[in-house]
Amino acid sequence: MEACAEKEKVPVFFERKSSLEKALFIGAAAGLLISFYLIFIWSPIEKTMGLVQKIFYIHVASASTAFIAFFIVFVFSLLFIIKRKRIFDTYAKVSAEIGLVLTTIVLTTGPIWAKSSWNTWWAWEPRLTTTLILWFIYMAYFMIRQMDGVWEKKARLAAVFGMIGFIDVPIVFFSIRWWQSKFHPIVFGAGPSQQGGGVDERMLVTLLVTIFAVLLLYGYLLLKGVALEGMKITLNHRKEKIRERLIQ
Amino acid sequence: MSGFFKNAFLIAKKDLYSELRTRQVLGTMIIFSGLVILVFSFAFDPAQNTTKAVIPGVIWVIIVFSGILGLNRSFISEQRNDTMQALLISPMDPSSIYFGKLLANFTMILIVELVSVPFLFLLFDFHSIGSVGYFLLVLFLGSFGFISIGTFLAALAANSKSSEMLLPLLLFPVTSPILIGAVQATKIILSNIEKLPDAVAWMQLIGAYDVIFFVLCLILVEYVMEV
Amino acid sequence: MIVARKLTKQADDKFILRGIDLEINKGETVAILGPNGAGKSTLLKVLATLIKPTSGLVSIKGLEMKKSQHEIRKLLGYLPHSSFLYDHFTPLENLVFYGAAYGMDHIEEKAVSLISSVGLSFFLNEPVKNFSRGMVQRVAIARAIIHDPEVLLLDEPHTGLDQGAADTLNSVILTMKEKGTTTLMVTHDFKQAAEICERAVVIKNGKLIANFCLNGKDVNFLHSKYTELVEGGAS
Repeated sequence: MEACAEKEKVPVFFERKSSLEKALFIGAAAGLLISFYLIFIWSPIEKTMGLVQKIFYIHVASASTAFIAFFIVFVFSLLFIIKRKRIFDTYAKVSAEIGLVLTTIVLTTGPIWAKSSWNTWWAWEPRLTTTLILWFIYMAYFMIRQMDGVWEKKARLAAVFGMIGFIDVPIVFFSIRWWQSKFHPIVFGAGPSQQGGGVDERMLVTLLVTIFAVLLLYGYLLLKGVALEGMKITLNHRKEKIRERLIQ
Repeated sequence: MSGFFKNAFLIAKKDLYSELRTRQVLGTMIIFSGLVILVFSFAFDPAQNTTKAVIPGVIWVIIVFSGILGLNRSFISEQRNDTMQALLISPMDPSSIYFGKLLANFTMILIVELVSVPFLFLLFDFHSIGSVGYFLLVLFLGSFGFISIGTFLAALAANSKSSEMLLPLLLFPVTSPILIGAVQATKIILSNIEKLPDAVAWMQLIGAYDVIFFVLCLILVEYVMEV
Repeated sequence: MIVARKLTKQADDKFILRGIDLEINKGETVAILGPNGAGKSTLLKVLATLIKPTSGLVSIKGLEMKKSQHEIRKLLGYLPHSSFLYDHFTPLENLVFYGAAYGMDHIEEKAVSLISSVGLSFFLNEPVKNFSRGMVQRVAIARAIIHDPEVLLLDEPHTGLDQGAADTLNSVILTMKEKGTTTLMVTHDFKQAAEICERAVVIKNGKLIANFCLNGKDVNFLHSKYTELVEGGAS
């Protein structure tokens, strides 16, 4: 069977733990522990909101990492459309999964923060609303992935939607900000009156460390997820091979 | 390039002629928009003056929901006897097929608006349009953006067996800028005409969205229509 | 006319085509035979530019498929299982639409003459949805050749046709052949294959396992040869 040679081209993802994966694991674990210490013990308690403000670090770190995750989805979707390699599709899929989880965290921590900050569970505030729409867009992305059919079709359609969705995000944000912009505090940098600014230096350090730790976690999860997907693909491949032998 | 438009018009003509023959989609869309108006008259008392404030929203709810009905049929109708495959193996470009479908859907939604918006104004006793010209412009811009991305996503969703359920899930979040902008602009134009510059700014936003996504869809539609 | 090299098609992990090499000369009429699920229809779909092969090359009339898809599409007439017709349109409207899609001139006259050549001149203005299977297939044949294709790809064209319709189909194929059209026909109907085809190829399990001449041979020859090849266990 000369076709067998063709079939050996099993996509090799991460057969064993790569050193990068290990490094990311250690980095993410250490980073998260440090950031927890910084959040809960080291950084000062905010004056008006009290303890609830601590959720802000997780909220912002998840939000920014989610955004990066969706950017990665966009990049790999584009790569997939051009090169049609399955590995790109796998990266896009896993990144979207993590992004969706992080967005869900943002959407749960947001209202908690909003309740203590603005005394309302939900505010139609630009960033929060954009995140909600983002969440819907990437839920739809997974709906496309759940279609029946061969992976190539699903990957192609999901890639197209992944690009459309990401390009949409800035426009969504811009239009919502125009629509209603009365809630979100401008925490860092120049606010309109320099009043919103003024954050304790320790808070800033804590936030940056948390963002970095969540980024490392994202990196680790991405590699791990891709490796898992790779195993799934390889498994199906082997199954199909056995099935074929049984038929002949 | 002339081939592009020729083919697009051919597809649009075919779709509209087919609609003329069967009278399925357009009739349903118009009746549905009438029902939406009816439901809104139950939800918001037409006798009260405050109801006037929801009219801009109602207009776009009509367009969006009846539009979805038409968009759903647009590519599903090509699945019978696999005529979509016939279009794909013809020398016509996928982008011209897309543009033709867009033109047909756009024509249909304009007809629906032509019937349902005056009907809405009549039933809700609304007769103080600030500027008819701008009102028509915002209807045009908003509908075009909605239909252009909608036709694209309908082509995408048509690959699924449950495309009727999938399309709204794909379409609504992606078109949210249009919906926000169009409702805001309509609101200003209908009841607050002295703030016209704001409405113009919103229309510019919708216009920018229209251009970006129309071009994007033309480029990407090739990848959606592969078999 | 048609050259395929190492054509493979994979759907998920299943191989449908496993390296098909095929060469068909201009003006030939070739039957593609094989058991169900062998990949015959897939091969035809790849040749018709409907689906992309996973690997391998196809060239038609010296044009490579990936590069000059647009030109190739004008040369191909494809008749699959489904009719590709709009149900609520009349045969004339269907043909005029497809003729225009292929950029033809004088479509109307061409369509009318084609419809009468498949024996449906009395039903010119009747919607296709009222037609019987045989009549639909006649219109579908006319649709496939509306743009005077140089290559005809037919997928089980005789299935479900009565004798009259089958004769019409054969005479259409033969007329096209006189004009120099190359025909590739997937079929289960050995009688028709022996009648009009010059050559037959047998596909099994995504591979080409035989390629032989049919000139002057009768149905029985084809039948015994096919049985020997497919059920003889040669894999």
